[in-house]
Amino acid sequence: MLKNYFKIAIAILNRRKFFTFVSLFGISFTLATLLVLTAFIEKIVNDDYPDRKRARSLYLTGIEENGPQSMVSSSLSLSYINRYLKTMKTPVDVGYYTARVGTNTYHAGKKIGIAFRYVNGSFWNILDFDFLEGKPFDAQQVSNREKVTVITEDLRRQYFGEDVQAVGQLIEADNQQFRVAGVVKNVPGTTYFFSGDMYIPYTVANESETGQSYHGEYNAILLGASAHDLPAMQTEYNNVVGRLKPSDKSYDKVLSYADYYSDAYLRTGNMSKPLKRWVYSVIGGFVFLLLFLPSVNLVNINLTRIMERSSEIAVRKAFGASSNTLVYQFVVENIILTLLGGVVGCLLAVVMLYIFNQAAILPHVTLHLNPVVLVIGLITCLVFGLVSGVYPAWRMSRLAIVKALKA
Amino acid sequence: MIKLHNIEKVYRTDTIETLALNGISLDIQKGEFLSVMGPSGCGKSTLLNIMGLLDEPSSGDISIAGEKIDRMSDQQLAHFRNKRLGFIFQSYHLINDLHVLDNVELPLLYRKVSAKERRRLATQALEKVGLSNRLKHFPTQLSGGQKQRVAIARAIVGEPEIILADEPTGNLDSAMGNEIMDILLQLNSRDKTTIVMVTHDEVMAKKTHRLVRLFDGTQVQ
Repeated sequence: MLKNYFKIAIAILNRRKFFTFVSLFGISFTLATLLVLTAFIEKIVNDDYPDRKRARSLYLTGIEENGPQSMVSSSLSLSYINRYLKTMKTPVDVGYYTARVGTNTYHAGKKIGIAFRYVNGSFWNILDFDFLEGKPFDAQQVSNREKVTVITEDLRRQYFGEDVQAVGQLIEADNQQFRVAGVVKNVPGTTYFFSGDMYIPYTVANESETGQSYHGEYNAILLGASAHDLPAMQTEYNNVVGRLKPSDKSYDKVLSYADYYSDAYLRTGNMSKPLKRWVYSVIGGFVFLLLFLPSVNLVNINLTRIMERSSEIAVRKAFGASSNTLVYQFVVENIILTLLGGVVGCLLAVVMLYIFNQAAILPHVTLHLNPVVLVIGLITCLVFGLVSGVYPAWRMSRLAIVKALKA
Repeated sequence: MIKLHNIEKVYRTDTIETLALNGISLDIQKGEFLSVMGPSGCGKSTLLNIMGLLDEPSSGDISIAGEKIDRMSDQQLAHFRNKRLGFIFQSYHLINDLHVLDNVELPLLYRKVSAKERRRLATQALEKVGLSNRLKHFPTQLSGGQKQRVAIARAIVGEPEIILADEPTGNLDSAMGNEIMDILLQLNSRDKTTIVMVTHDEVMAKKTHRLVRLFDGTQVQ
């Protein structure tokens, strides 16, 4: 029976080549887009270099003060970190770092764009960078305001050339000379909390560590002894923030959160209106549209095909096929079509990812099609097949035999 | 074998009501070869479709092989048609995407018959109609007469007790028509298959056991 259905499905695909192309293109292009999107999200969510202790970490991306007429939102000041984070009991370590700061440097007559960050010594303990040469600067060097730096392999290549040892050499950035202490593997641009070309002790920046302002340039990571400590760390930080008094009379509320990674990733800008719901809605809506539009297209094409096949439907009914059997046949045929589209879609996704990776659209980001994504793709195909096949199949099975014979 | 009692069929649209069959009563015996004649639009095909359970009467009773055909579910009707009835249509209604052999196997797909057995029975049926050398041809590669033989093979492969043929020779020249008629006569005499045939052809009709004439939905002979 299935062999017969398969033969019919293939014959029908061959018979109407344009319809087949439209159907297969709809399915395969949609699936390929979904697979690439999933690979991208998977890269953001699951790629944990250099953030391998993510399960034990909470992330602080800013602080906000709100009043009836005004608000201020920024990263954290060093004095805030010293007063309120370093005095917390539950974290075992506190790392902090600035956002990427862009600068240009000139070397051997060549302009090189550099993104650097100021970081503290614990930054290197909390994050597991892969060192290709040298080592990180330590807390003592930070305290001594030594002009040392850790650079990425990409900057090493641009600044010093291919296959050159950089440790011990000087590199100029922001009109200052730094001695290279270590070289690390590149950080993908998607890991935007930590990506950069150059990491410098924060003390070099000469930002005041005293004062009363909450607002400054730093983000922070709180490291727990284990993943079980995170709720307690969150509670403790919420209590800390709960006790904060607004820094100015024009504000009546202080907001700051210690978030899990995914939440922190989506909490940028406005603290009271996190992006989380918006991003999930947009991705959900996009995926829904991606699935819905080709499904409607397939339903439409399938309904058109019904009239072409009315004679076959009538004959099958006359010779003993029940309506249920016909629904089953048509759904199976549709699943064969969508699975074919799925295979084409997977191949298309491989090509799209190859082009994406080769074109280096995002720095140091290499996307892969992993088995989980493939399984998701195949399940998506089955859903496609069912969703777009059931209604036309039901309509088809209701055709009156006599009318269908005359059509 | 087939008992029709006071069958009426009315087609209704928003404005018009057409009486296609008006109080038809027939008793067709097992092994009988009956032909139905009449001018176009007199209700011949409607009557055949009702006998074949492809259409429902507006009123009246039908029983086939002792079974009353009212209030049967879609599933039961499908099963009944599959087991008891075979159809031959004027325009063959073969599935052009399938080989001749696959077309003939079709009724057996809806029974619990293994693929091997289906193949054997379909080949046997095609041998009976003289087409054993066309198993892997597609219908589009056959002549009209050959297509109708395939249709006959499909109708008889499940060994139904009744064959309903709607102008089986209508699209064929007289030589081909005679060949098809001979096959039907042979089926009737050799296998004792009950056959009801709608035709316009007096010559063909005279070869059958009994002739029923319809005019404007009413039986006149």
